[in-house]
Amino acid sequence: MLPAPGSGCRRLRPGLSGPREDVKQRGKDGMPLRHKDLLGLEYLEREEIELILDTAVPMKEIFTREIKKLPTLRGKTMVNLFYEPSTRTRTSFELAGKWMSADVTNIATSTSSVVKGENLKDTARTLAALGANFIVIRHQMAGAPHLVARTVTASVINAGDGRHEHPTQALLDLFTIRERLGRIEGLKVAIVGDILHSRVARSNIWGLTKLGAHVTVCGPRTLIPPEISGMGVEVTCDLDEALADADVVNVLRLQLERQRKGLFPSIREYSEMYGLTRKRVEKCKRGVLILHPGPANLGVEITEEVAESQNAAIHGQVTNGIACRMAVLYLLSGGGKPSEVSA
Amino acid sequence: MKLALKGGRVVDPRNGLDGTMDVLIEEGKIVAIGMDLGGSLGPQDGRVLDVSGKAVLPGLIDMHVHLREPGREDEETIETGTLAAARGGFVAVACMPNTDPPLDTGAAVTFVLSRARETGHVRVLPVGAITKGLAGVELAEVGELRKAGAVAISDDGHPVASSRVMRYAMEYASMFDIPVISHAEDVELSAGGAINEGYWSTRLGLPGIPAAAEEAMVARDILLAELTGARLHIAHVSTAGSVDLVRRAKERGVKVTCEATPHHFTLTDAATAGYDANTKVNPPLRTERDVEALRRGLADGTIDAIASDHAPHTAEEKEVEYELAAFGMIGLETALPLAITELVKTGVLALGQLVERMSYAPARILGLDWPGLVPGAPANITVVDPDASFTVDPSTFASLSRNTPFGGRRLFGRVFATVVAKEGSVEIWTAPEDAARS
Repeated sequence: MLPAPGSGCRRLRPGLSGPREDVKQRGKDGMPLRHKDLLGLEYLEREEIELILDTAVPMKEIFTREIKKLPTLRGKTMVNLFYEPSTRTRTSFELAGKWMSADVTNIATSTSSVVKGENLKDTARTLAALGANFIVIRHQMAGAPHLVARTVTASVINAGDGRHEHPTQALLDLFTIRERLGRIEGLKVAIVGDILHSRVARSNIWGLTKLGAHVTVCGPRTLIPPEISGMGVEVTCDLDEALADADVVNVLRLQLERQRKGLFPSIREYSEMYGLTRKRVEKCKRGVLILHPGPANLGVEITEEVAESQNAAIHGQVTNGIACRMAVLYLLSGGGKPSEVSA
Repeated sequence: MKLALKGGRVVDPRNGLDGTMDVLIEEGKIVAIGMDLGGSLGPQDGRVLDVSGKAVLPGLIDMHVHLREPGREDEETIETGTLAAARGGFVAVACMPNTDPPLDTGAAVTFVLSRARETGHVRVLPVGAITKGLAGVELAEVGELRKAGAVAISDDGHPVASSRVMRYAMEYASMFDIPVISHAEDVELSAGGAINEGYWSTRLGLPGIPAAAEEAMVARDILLAELTGARLHIAHVSTAGSVDLVRRAKERGVKVTCEATPHHFTLTDAATAGYDANTKVNPPLRTERDVEALRRGLADGTIDAIASDHAPHTAEEKEVEYELAAFGMIGLETALPLAITELVKTGVLALGQLVERMSYAPARILGLDWPGLVPGAPANITVVDPDASFTVDPSTFASLSRNTPFGGRRLFGRVFATVVAKEGSVEIWTAPEDAARS
């Protein structure tokens, strides 16, 4: 049984600031995460990332139970505040919260309300007044979760902010790699596709490099953001070069409207140059692990044949996502280290 | 009414002054500068300000501010903006025409000047629009603007996208010998951008504004100045490439001048890391290399002037998602301290050179008669203590707005007094006593 988390919400510091006072007092051993929020893997130490991954292991065992329910977050309220359409991330958070006995509410706000000037701080204060302990936010603009985290004392979890970060997606990718390959340190990971607009790429880069993997990003020059090598990655526009010695290939979804903006000439040419096909996979290392955050444009960045192959872990990623999100909720609510977790 | 500034270090390179002297002022004019003049002045004759240990400079001019009146009096007014200017050590400000309505008619310029006479604390120099409604299509009535008192024309905030319109604007303005101030930005390249394009835009996932968006326009406008022979002034240069373009244009005799802001020579795009929208400014904060280039340009005179681009915005316009936040930061009350801290204290500029960049150069570019500290000249004087430090506290600002990233920063260069010449008298702003002690 998982122990009940620390009582009450004493957490006050937004994720960008220094360690929580109570953490300092109890030392790293006693309290798992330094921040009240999860705004990005950028802000986590290696040990914190590993702790989340370790905690997700017993969480995943809950899947095998007949009754998928833990009392951990009983009496806690979690609000999913989604300014962008999302099915899998929102559902995943919703199930993670429900299986831990939180009261979960979804707020879907259309893009137009942001443009109309709906005030995010005001919305955040309203949610706090309604008693939200967790605010899970998906927003089309980078830094929006940071603004919410500065405004309220609730724990804010970034479920994707613009092109910036999608930390729980990267956590589930890391978890899946560790589960399938047994380690992350020393692995060679290629991230392929629209790096420029990808929050998944950025969170993966932070997580993978902190855990000691070697990362190469690959895509057409127009979709590679400037000076990304400063984040500690190799850059190539040649897919075959990126795949040559990769242990893991993370294929990003191509937003088809990028073509209309003139960033590349045609879907056909993109697919030809950057699509992951069986032929290309056959030239990779044996046992190469293929990830995709979904939903995939089958036949564009990845063929169905590859996506459904033994090398791909795409469906496993979805279940692992719930486990990782449960781990995040558990740790942010003050839960102890995984040795205390006896599932 | 007489005024004596006693025992300060008078620094005026144009008039060859650098030494401890008294300055005697009467009926709005400087009447004498020399040793121990104040001694002859008894308390019944007028006011004596002991300025020993402080620098006495020709009055500073901020040639690029937004006073927001008419139209956005919730952000700033001519009254509050000019009080902020006085507190910041400025005796005059040039205000940009992107008000509502814009300063694209003689009547609008007349309105600003009359409000400045009624409520202003320092001299206000209106900049008229280049095009009607700042729309970039038809020329504004530049002759009327000039007659009403505009000192330059600019569509600041908006670039003149059409090369043809900019060419005509330059040719037309040259009839009146006023500069065309260019807000250099290729909006095709900058569109949607929030911060400098580079490592930090990549890391933060914010859309970037490449240096080339500015430099392409700087290059175009230099070529048009060369074609037309007009006087071109480039506002807020922010990149190493822009400095280089101006330097080479000056070498071949193009009539081009430019300014740099304190935030661009102080901060880099790393300041945007926490998504604090007070760091969002246009042009954006650039890289270390650009900051270095601006400092070199200020030192060698490629950059003629320092101007704040004081751009007040309400909290509601700033406390939102970074990409939705308004561009701009206030600067009138931090510009001189930042210049002293970042340029004078670091040895980039001598105090005399700072006087060039913040007083004589803006006056020359805007066509003002600016004799400096000589008997007979209007008493426009800035008194600052370059060695006194203070902590920036935006809550004490005279400006109606608080959008600065410099709150909490320790700066040298506390303004002690600002003397502004008016008709037959002076208006004096002096630092409050409590601040003087802290």
